[in-house]
Amino acid sequence: MVDMLSGLVPPEIWRLIVIVVQILAIVLPLLVAVAYLTYAERKVIGAIQLRKGPNVVGPFGLLQPLADGAKLFLKETILPSGANKGVFILAPMLTFFLALISWAVIPFDEGWVLSNINVGVLYLFAVSSLGVYGIIMSGWASNSRYAFLGSMRSAAQMVSYEVSMGLVLISVLLTVGSLNLSDIVLKQKETVWFIIPHLPMFIIYLVSILAETNRAPFDLPEAESELVAGYNVEYSAMAFALFFLGEYANMILLSAMTTVLFLGGWLPPFDVAPFNMIPGIIWFALKIAFVLFIFLWVRATFPRYRYDQLMRLGWKIFLPFSLFWLVLTAGVLLAFGWLPGQS
Amino acid sequence: MSFLDRSARAFLLTELLQGLALTFRYMFKPSVTINYPYEKGPLSTRFRGEHALRRYPNGEERCIACKLCEAICPAQAITIEAEPREDGSRRARRYDLDMTKCIFCGLCQEACPVDAIVEGPNFEYATETRAELMYNKQKLLANGDRWETELAFRIAADAPYR
Repeated sequence: MVDMLSGLVPPEIWRLIVIVVQILAIVLPLLVAVAYLTYAERKVIGAIQLRKGPNVVGPFGLLQPLADGAKLFLKETILPSGANKGVFILAPMLTFFLALISWAVIPFDEGWVLSNINVGVLYLFAVSSLGVYGIIMSGWASNSRYAFLGSMRSAAQMVSYEVSMGLVLISVLLTVGSLNLSDIVLKQKETVWFIIPHLPMFIIYLVSILAETNRAPFDLPEAESELVAGYNVEYSAMAFALFFLGEYANMILLSAMTTVLFLGGWLPPFDVAPFNMIPGIIWFALKIAFVLFIFLWVRATFPRYRYDQLMRLGWKIFLPFSLFWLVLTAGVLLAFGWLPGQS
Repeated sequence: MSFLDRSARAFLLTELLQGLALTFRYMFKPSVTINYPYEKGPLSTRFRGEHALRRYPNGEERCIACKLCEAICPAQAITIEAEPREDGSRRARRYDLDMTKCIFCGLCQEACPVDAIVEGPNFEYATETRAELMYNKQKLLANGDRWETELAFRIAADAPYR
């Protein structure tokens, strides 16, 4: 069937069609996942606070995300008169776009990756750094002091935590000897999941991605009690929805990255009969769901950090500690002759 | 020593983990939410809700237009005009209650010598217009007829404490 179809069109066009279908196969489930992540968030936080969470729209409130989506679609997009219109419109699009393009290098299963490039980690890191632009642009273009303060905080926070995140990544990369995300998982197949040797780095990485995605307890950029809603205070309707989708897609993305780096990607926890019969993509999804649950759990547990505490944690604790761990990792690998490529 | 203790606790994240464990336990507790329009919470027999004018069992209205409620009302929400009826008994021609002024203190009920004006258990009388909240005698008597069973029960339950 597929072979027949591929004979009908020129090979270049056929390649294009295949890529578009692959992209859709990633983006559509991702958007559904984002919608149901908001639902899961409300349910989990509701359960922790002894509430019920959404339960009116559809069975168990399962249609709530669709109702929310429809509401945001139908609302009017308001352009503030003082705003720089072009940048104002561009910012949420950029945020959303950047949250989606990172998925190109995430391996869902052995060989299931849109583009298996050898600089995967570098690419992810570059794209997530670009994410700051969407926020700075929105804060500046809104011409509102709350939005501006929120975006300044957000930018400072994301830049600070990317430093320790980078060092955490380097520790892992030293152990693997490759920037290719599939290779990182395959290395964990040979040895152990990196959460075991790199447990402290796993915790630092987890905290850093909370700060990176501006989630509680590091949600200073949108601290309701101080800044109303931070950088998205002037946004409404679809523009707001794009920010919202971008934020949640980023959460899922960084959870996927945590899974790949520390939790063995698509690998089953034990390589024995009942576990390794389940397809890798299911293990991958389960692990992402687990990390996302930690996001929600932490949000329901901890109060918001103060701004100076946040900076202190990033620069004075995480940075030296991850630097120390990096040296330790390198030392251990060298001493035992485990450096990749050295045998 | 206290420094060691403190740093160990900070680095092993004990306090954070304790907090997480607590919220995790709470996640499995039954929720305290009641599904409001379908389920309702318990109300005290002394709950002060929407007002009603009661009648005697023979259908005669209790209110004798003594105006004690009007006099005691701190929000001045009650307006009464009295006149003798054809049979000569003193009755209210007009008994108006402005529900937007009422502060639900219950003093009208305390002042009433014949248990005519009472505050009932009903709190679901939201209206779409302000005018609908200007209750007259007719509306109050209708409320009394509607809630009489509950009103009688509440007065009987409260009687031992008076």
